[in-house]
Amino acid sequence: MHSIGESIALAFQLVLTGSADLIEIVGLSLQVSLSATGFALLIGLPLGALVAISRFPGRNVVLAVMNALMGLPPVVVGLLVYLQLSRSGPLGFLGLLYTPTAMIIAQTILIAPIVAALSRQILEDLHCEYAEQFRSLCLNPWQSMEALLWDARFSLLTVALAGFGRAVAEVGAVIIVGGNIDHLTRVMTTSIALETSKGDLALALAIGMVLLTIALTVNAAVQMMRTTAARQAYV
Amino acid sequence: MFRKILGAAAIAVAANSPVFAEDGAIIVQSTTSTANSGLYDHILPIFEGKTGIKANVVAVGTGQAIRNAQNCDGDVLLVHAKPAEEKFVADGYGTGRTDLMYNDFIIVGPAEDPAGVTGMTDAQAALKKIAGEGALFASRGDDSGTHKKEVSLWKDAGVDPDAGSGQWYRETGSGMGATLNAGIGMGAYVMTDRATWISFANKQDYEIAVEGDEDLFNQYGVIPVNPDKCPSVNVEAANAFSGWLLSPEGQAAIAEYKVDGQQLFFPNAPSN
Amino acid sequence: MTITGAPPRIEEATQAPILQLSVTDLSLRFGEATVLDGLDLTLGPVGCTMIMGPNGAGKSLLLKLLHGLIKPTSGRIDWSGYSAADVTARQAMVFQKPVLLRRSVAANLDFVLRSRGKDRDRCHALLDHVGLTHKADQPARLLSGGEAQRLALARALATDPEVLLLDEPTASLDPASVLAIERIVSSARDRGVRIVFVTHDIGQARRMADDVVFLHRGRVAEHAPAAAFFPEPRCQAARDYLNGKIVV
Repeated sequence: MHSIGESIALAFQLVLTGSADLIEIVGLSLQVSLSATGFALLIGLPLGALVAISRFPGRNVVLAVMNALMGLPPVVVGLLVYLQLSRSGPLGFLGLLYTPTAMIIAQTILIAPIVAALSRQILEDLHCEYAEQFRSLCLNPWQSMEALLWDARFSLLTVALAGFGRAVAEVGAVIIVGGNIDHLTRVMTTSIALETSKGDLALALAIGMVLLTIALTVNAAVQMMRTTAARQAYV
Repeated sequence: MFRKILGAAAIAVAANSPVFAEDGAIIVQSTTSTANSGLYDHILPIFEGKTGIKANVVAVGTGQAIRNAQNCDGDVLLVHAKPAEEKFVADGYGTGRTDLMYNDFIIVGPAEDPAGVTGMTDAQAALKKIAGEGALFASRGDDSGTHKKEVSLWKDAGVDPDAGSGQWYRETGSGMGATLNAGIGMGAYVMTDRATWISFANKQDYEIAVEGDEDLFNQYGVIPVNPDKCPSVNVEAANAFSGWLLSPEGQAAIAEYKVDGQQLFFPNAPSN
Repeated sequence: MTITGAPPRIEEATQAPILQLSVTDLSLRFGEATVLDGLDLTLGPVGCTMIMGPNGAGKSLLLKLLHGLIKPTSGRIDWSGYSAADVTARQAMVFQKPVLLRRSVAANLDFVLRSRGKDRDRCHALLDHVGLTHKADQPARLLSGGEAQRLALARALATDPEVLLLDEPTASLDPASVLAIERIVSSARDRGVRIVFVTHDIGQARRMADDVVFLHRGRVAEHAPAAAFFPEPRCQAARDYLNGKIVV
């Protein structure tokens, strides 16, 4: 049986030797998941803000759906996107299946609901504090949303982090729409799945540790930004 | 703030320029054994160096590979389930099927051999014995080429393993590697292709229990996807790829691939 | 769909003046609790009106009603023909506890200037006017109570209000801050901004008032010019209040 120690040693070796394959895989993982996070923020934040400051019939249903969509299984998202992007699907003519773009689309769909639901909660709490002042200032809804989004920026960083974490760690969606093609759509999680299926558990675990290290680094950076912001009472 | 996010997104998109649309690239819908054993890592650079065509391999179970190809999501199909392949061609999805190479299936089991099948050369008899002893058996259960073969062997042996499903008969619904990992984890017998087994790195105390039965023959075939059904197919490149695989040069490249000194695939394309 | 806090449309400043104010039979009830009970009030076009009265008299809620932030249960608020909600944008309100945005002092002010389509170059002058130029780049939420309230005042003045509503802006502030705020408010009054100022501080009321509205039990118990009110309030509640007795 492979020991964790063996995997840690292998992880160090992979990183220190700067294996070109590893760099490519890590690079694509970051490119895909960061892009997906960016798009998910573009979609999810305005949606979260809009729902946060709005009251309309059926709002509770919308909230329930938003929260439920946070639990979308990646495989289901992968399948839905596959069916659209497949050559025989409605968007097949775009030729996007088995490309990083397809992976970004799938991950965006996966994490946009997370961004929307979590930001809605944060922005609604903040709006409670600001609402009366905003009404006194006669802000229109768009001005209110913009102000809320900006003032919640450091809390929303955590939301972005949650989305990125989910994206970079999921395998179910990207393996279906990306195909785990070497040098084209292979990312860290699909590599881990592949090495596991080859029985190379130490290598699989080592890549997992690289993934974990990246996640830790990103988290630490965000934590530092939040700490700085808290000192300025911006959180 | 919106401007900043938009800017970041624009950069992200710009960095993600499409890689797919290069001419001379094909998608190979493939069974996993050929990919996981490292065969493609050996032969594709030779092919790409010669033709400049990039072959992108999507490695999934044979059943899923065929379905993906039927959805026109591939240019070439390379799998190992002859009846299903012939149906694929008969239904018009492929231009023609050609034998490419073979190896064989084996049944691997734990060293203590709970069903006492080690050394047997009759696959059906061995399966019967495993079922009779109620020894654990891990099946792919995923409609792959290996799974189809296993099902046909059970049928020939006159055993209905589904009766023991969830008890001694464990269907993982996963790929070959995952099934081996699971089977080894629970001490179950597993039927696998020899190539995957030889290159598999997590064997622990497992050994080959059953081999050498003619019925365990494992034939791989190659099929270019039919452009009549799938206009998006890169016909020239697809034909170039399958033609090269079947050519003396391609066949030699397959034959020379070895893991631990053992040849994994034996070319048997019909000579022209 | 309705957006909570959706404001009325912002009227152009070229319209007819919104004063005088006439409030008729104004009532505000929350369930069983009656806060305002048939209140009548008339305010002229200029000056500084101090609203006084014991705790729970409904002073703050009256300001919010006049500002159009809440709706009365019954009665009428008439700003020279406009309803309160119509003229929110032509007034500004400073709350007892200022809600400042999570950004710098200057950015707080700039946000209001920008949102309201005002000249953003005025930011510096406004900060200077309230004595916060040296704090411009500091986080607004780290300001002291007095500084925060001065920023809230600058923000209110940035909207060029015709009426400035102040809800105990100097409660629990140090004397220097109180003085600074009173000076800013007085100068606004002198420039013709109509001031309606809720206070608990009798000294402040004496310093600032042109006229005094004394609220008691949800009604206007007395409305008189400062010169008449402070020497000799007509109603018993106001007399007790000025003499430091507890009024309920």
